[in-house]
Amino acid sequence: MTNWKVILNIAKTHLLTKMKSTATAALGVTFGIGAYITLVSFMTGLNDMLDSLILNQTPHIHLYNEIKPTERQPVSLYDEFKNSVNIVHSVKPKESPKKIHNALPILNYLKQDKKVKGATPQLRAQIFYLSGSIELGGNLVGVDIMEETRLSNMRDYIVGGSPEALKNTENGILLGSGLAQKMSLGVGDRVQISTVKGAVFPLKIVGIYQSGIADIDNVQSYANLKTVQRILGEARNYITDINVKLLDIGEAPAMARKLAGQFEVTATDINEANAQFETGSNIRNLITYAVSITLLIVAGFGIYNILNMLIYEKMKDIAILKATGFSGRDVQLIFMSQAMIIGAVGGLLGLFIGYVLSRIIDNVRFETEALPTISTYPIDYNIGYYLIGIAFALLSTFVAGWLPSNKARRIDPVRIIRGT
Amino acid sequence: MDLVLETKNINKHFYKPKDFHVLKDISFGIGKGEFASIMGKSGSGKSTLLYILSTMDTDYTGELYLNGELITGKSHQELSRIRNERIGFVFQFHYLLSEFSVLENVMLPAKKLAKKSHAEIEHDGIEKLKMLHIEHLAQQRASRISGGEKQRVAIARALINDPTILMGDEPTGNLDSHNSENVFSIFKRLKEEQGLSLLVVTHDEDFAKRTDRTIQMEDGRIIG
Ligand SMILES: Nc1ncnc2c1ncn2[C@@H]1O[C@H](COP(=O)(O)OP(=O)(O)OP(=O)(O)O)[C@@H](O)[C@H]1O
Ligand SMILES: [Mg+2]
Repeated sequence: MTNWKVILNIAKTHLLTKMKSTATAALGVTFGIGAYITLVSFMTGLNDMLDSLILNQTPHIHLYNEIKPTERQPVSLYDEFKNSVNIVHSVKPKESPKKIHNALPILNYLKQDKKVKGATPQLRAQIFYLSGSIELGGNLVGVDIMEETRLSNMRDYIVGGSPEALKNTENGILLGSGLAQKMSLGVGDRVQISTVKGAVFPLKIVGIYQSGIADIDNVQSYANLKTVQRILGEARNYITDINVKLLDIGEAPAMARKLAGQFEVTATDINEANAQFETGSNIRNLITYAVSITLLIVAGFGIYNILNMLIYEKMKDIAILKATGFSGRDVQLIFMSQAMIIGAVGGLLGLFIGYVLSRIIDNVRFETEALPTISTYPIDYNIGYYLIGIAFALLSTFVAGWLPSNKARRIDPVRIIRGT
Repeated sequence: MDLVLETKNINKHFYKPKDFHVLKDISFGIGKGEFASIMGKSGSGKSTLLYILSTMDTDYTGELYLNGELITGKSHQELSRIRNERIGFVFQFHYLLSEFSVLENVMLPAKKLAKKSHAEIEHDGIEKLKMLHIEHLAQQRASRISGGEKQRVAIARALINDPTILMGDEPTGNLDSHNSENVFSIFKRLKEEQGLSLLVVTHDEDFAKRTDRTIQMEDGRIIG
């Protein structure tokens, strides 16, 4: 039978009369937990932001026709050379169109697949932007703009004009922001482009596209798929790329392999494309936890120290308590409660401080061209981190309190009362 | 006469720094309502014996009975309970919890026992303080009262759970003759009015003479 009221009352009295030590110990925990909450909220906020950035911009599966040399060269088909070693220098890729065979059936197939959230056709064309006497090399991507905006956050990157304007303007173009700057063009202006074959077309600028990556914005623009097909003089089924978004990103590798086999196209999945990306997230997480755990260990040592000191000072009290009928377990509970109170108070305060700091960071201006939708630092207010934080605080104070309180439990009252 | 406390062949050694046979074949009993004192030269083992009788020290051979029940060999948890409920102990030096008030010190063992409500315990505590003429100190911090007052607070604390036996290791050692006399008469009254058994170590001849029985110790033995 444990008499919690008495035990907590004694623990409380000890803590209150040792206010300074108590506060120091609790602040150690506060510091650790506060730092953890702030760091983890900020880091995961950043991670999520970067994740969604990449995930939204990158298709889960990208289908295209890679230009590569034929694997079986003609010489190997010739029986007489069967037992000889062939050395063929300067193998050239077979002249095959960049278009995907059966692009429309593939699209239809994908759209019927239940795992697929959407599939968009693209046509990438090499063109020149004509500006007076200057020709700027670049490419024009023909897209189904409404599908693109549905499946990715492309809309966020259209800084002037709108996707709807492109959809409604047959000869419209979303001009790359770098190009617009170079040619001093804006929404509403016209731009001349010419194909590799020399045909010139005027297009109306209905929007400016800014990905934030200069290398892209200086060369790439978007137009309607049909427009680009017409510019190239190709049929409605001329499609060079198909981007697939799945409902479950985890299925991407398997699905990519399946599609590659089934349709004789090259299929890359997002994990392949962003293998290095995960590493970044993992390292950020590692840093967060390493720093927080270090701080908590320091805080734990603080508690351990203070409790040890307290027990040393309270030897006599412990002896009296034991002599008047408190058991070793009661005594241990008294000191464990002190540790846990320090942990709980310090931890809760730490959560609060962490929250306040997160709020402050959340309101710090953070503007970058790469992220037009973001104006302040991203913070992830996940309740889970707060739960982990308080659990952390309680666990570390429990561990720190265990050894000293166990010592208190085993103190022999007779030795203390004798004064030896 | 019913024996409240009984020992059979209690022996104890200290092994550090060298083997020392501190208690030798201690066998005696204290009857209900008996007021016994222990006398003996310094170092004869009086305190050592008292620590064993109070169940705080379990490192001995022989048997200890309380109200006819064998105490020797019980777990620490059970012994704590026995000390709390049935044994009152007054130390040679007044030991109080210095951060608590006088009244809280007195109430603590009763709160641990948790048999009465807080109000009842408080009432009892005040009663005990009144009996020892120190009720005006009830709310005072235990660290802010005189040595003699502390001693009486310790006695009040030992009595709070109405124990079957009160043990004292020179409970009047730090008191002047007036207070010493007062404590003696309180003990006497407790014995007469409540049938409390008492076992008190003392160096005070006069004190010992006025008790029912004096146990003489010498070199770890009871000699009479
Ligand atoms: N922890 C110990 N280790 C070794 N010897 C001890 C220990 N405690 C006490 N002694 C010895 O045991 C003997 C008895 O000690 P005890 O305290 O019981 O004496 P006492 O009769 O109470 O003396 P006093 O009247 O001075 O209080 C003494 O000789 C003392 O030196
Ligand atoms: Mg002694």
